[in-house]
Amino acid sequence: MGNTLPILVLAIPFVMFLILGLGGVKMGRKLAGTLGILANGALAVVAYIIAFTYFFSGDPAFIDAEGVRQQLEVFDVTWLAFTDRLVVNIGFILDPIAAMMLVVITTISFMVHLYSWGYMEHEPGFQRYYAFLSLFTFSMLGLVVATNIFQMYIFWELVGVSSYLLIGFFYKLPSAVAASKKAFIVTRFADLFMLIGILVLSYYVAQTPADGPLGTASAFNFSMLNANAQSVLASTAGATFLGGSVLTWAMVLIFAGGMGKSAMMPLHIWLPDAMEGPTPVSALIHAATMVVAGVYLVARFFPVFGVVPNSMVFITVVGAITAFYAAVVACAQIDIKRVLAFSTISQIAFMMVALGCSYNQLVVHEGHTVLGYMSGMFHLFTHAMFKALLFLGAGCLIHAVHSNNYTEMGGLRKYMPICHITFLIGCLAIAGIWPFSGFFSKDEMITAMFNCNSFLGWWMTMVAGLTAFYMFRLYYLIFWWEENPKYKEHGHKPHDASWQMSLPLIILAAVSCVAGFIPFGEYVTFDGKPYTIHIQTSVAVRSLVVALLAIGLATLMYAKKNPLPEKVKNFWPALWTAAHRRFYWDEIYQFVTHRVIFNIICRSIAWFDRHIIDGTMNALAAVTQWTSLKIRGLQSGCVQAYVIWYFLGAVALAAITWVCLL
Amino acid sequence: MNLTMLCYLVPSLIMFAAGVYGFCTRKNMIALLISLELMLNAADLNFVVFNRFLFPGSMEGMFFTIFAIAIAAAETAVAIAIIINIYREVKNTDINSVKQMKF
Repeated sequence: MGNTLPILVLAIPFVMFLILGLGGVKMGRKLAGTLGILANGALAVVAYIIAFTYFFSGDPAFIDAEGVRQQLEVFDVTWLAFTDRLVVNIGFILDPIAAMMLVVITTISFMVHLYSWGYMEHEPGFQRYYAFLSLFTFSMLGLVVATNIFQMYIFWELVGVSSYLLIGFFYKLPSAVAASKKAFIVTRFADLFMLIGILVLSYYVAQTPADGPLGTASAFNFSMLNANAQSVLASTAGATFLGGSVLTWAMVLIFAGGMGKSAMMPLHIWLPDAMEGPTPVSALIHAATMVVAGVYLVARFFPVFGVVPNSMVFITVVGAITAFYAAVVACAQIDIKRVLAFSTISQIAFMMVALGCSYNQLVVHEGHTVLGYMSGMFHLFTHAMFKALLFLGAGCLIHAVHSNNYTEMGGLRKYMPICHITFLIGCLAIAGIWPFSGFFSKDEMITAMFNCNSFLGWWMTMVAGLTAFYMFRLYYLIFWWEENPKYKEHGHKPHDASWQMSLPLIILAAVSCVAGFIPFGEYVTFDGKPYTIHIQTSVAVRSLVVALLAIGLATLMYAKKNPLPEKVKNFWPALWTAAHRRFYWDEIYQFVTHRVIFNIICRSIAWFDRHIIDGTMNALAAVTQWTSLKIRGLQSGCVQAYVIWYFLGAVALAAITWVCLL
Repeated sequence: MNLTMLCYLVPSLIMFAAGVYGFCTRKNMIALLISLELMLNAADLNFVVFNRFLFPGSMEGMFFTIFAIAIAAAETAVAIAIIINIYREVKNTDINSVKQMKF
């Protein structure tokens, strides 16, 4: 494979962003939309060609004689050289996870482009919307093909910017503006830690001798760092900070950036609010692609995370807590998009746990295929498909009833059959019911968790059960429960959306039905060797039973209108309120930022600024003004007075000179 | 009796002092202009005298003086024009009637 296709992958969306961003206003909606969709279709084709060539061509550059898939840098050009070792390159890495992500991103992006044609039809700023989508696609692709941590960081910020722009797309709504600011500030705050982590890591790596194992390569390069993880550990040997080794700190800080982007607790607060953006954007950015950047980061840097097991334990604990927390909160939300948002948080946390819990396999069975890694990536793939499907389905529902709340829905199955069936498939997939895709990936993840620790396995099985429960609660409340009397009042009944919106639903539903049967382990594994997935019957039966029980409970409670949910809610109303208010995390942040930071710290700084800094400047100005007022009488306007003063001055100077010379 | 440098410099000094005195005391703007010319001519005289006595071989001071006279003539024309314009405004040429040129 030459450089042409990889460059095209980045060039197509970027050029589309420029064309639509600069010329969009001059174009009609139809032209802009068609251009965006066509360019994205072409992009998807290019990405597919790259991925298929990588996986199936059998080229020795991609897969060696023993069947181990290789990681290669298609190109890697120097962009910015700080020192000999601190060199930032811009390149294109090709390995199983990058190829897999290319497929995921371009597929979802294409679906969303197509869907938005129908969804955003009547919105002002249609061309701007497509331009931002292209910008996002460009940034996300740049992120996954990054050859070094610094390139990833650059694109990491770019996806943050495009997410900000798209959340705040309806910029006339104050809530959307607040949500976009919140998302940007929270993720930016997390990225600050990531930058510190990158700096710490590269500082130590760049200090190793040039003839050492880390050689003279750029200190940011993923391939070099991953291949020499033990040497990276050795380079920081002896250096500790607050009782932890420096490399552990560096990796935890880098992961903190991932926590921000992937909405792990306690930095998850932006994601539910990000639902203020248009629904297709939520499907693309806040469900399928951008929010898994944190997972991708951990997977990309997996060997280096692996040599500091404490950072992996940290990832596992954060993930396990977040998964449970988000699942509980999702049970008590009214806004359907927020249910899906919390479900996204929970599922991403699932992937994080799968990656994090594999550290002991990495250490104990050196060279053994890391099941958690493979299954985490598998779940990333299947989750992207069915979560995008669920969000796009939610978009159709919102389009039909003009509300985000399930209280405005109910009994919709008769009116929107396509949406109903596809949504059901999405729910079955996320709940982990055989033969839908979620079953296979989740089963592998839970197996990996049981391999690590049976408590963790049971904990995550319980979260999986909660997932099934809240998804089916949502499904029943939307499509069953009781037909909302408002449909008849409005005159026009809710109906399925246009083909542009239904087609992506059908495609993604079809993918969710069959994706589980992809022999994913053949293609994407930690060490590149093929791995045959075999379903462990005990784990599979256990999670199936839990999921079916949860679905049964949801059916009992929500299939028909009945007083049971109210009774359950009133059993312990404080718990329900707390879960509905997301366990007051937003209030805690509000308190810390407004009461503590703004009120105490910022106020004192403002006082200092206003009184000391400004005071000094004001005093200088006042003295100058006072002096000038006092002496301005000398400027009388009388020419002869000037001449006399001048003459006296000249005489005085002459006298001084005279005295000095003598 | 030899004509020494002092024989020229003393009248030049008197001319200059008369110019300064006239500039500081007279009220008529034309008189001010005349005083100004007096000072300028004293300076020109000094150029010529210093050139003649200190650097007999060269001509720089002479030429400088010729240029200074030409420029002084142009200056005078400008000054007269200004005075005429002021006269049209205030109907006299008293220097104390133009005191607006301040802060």
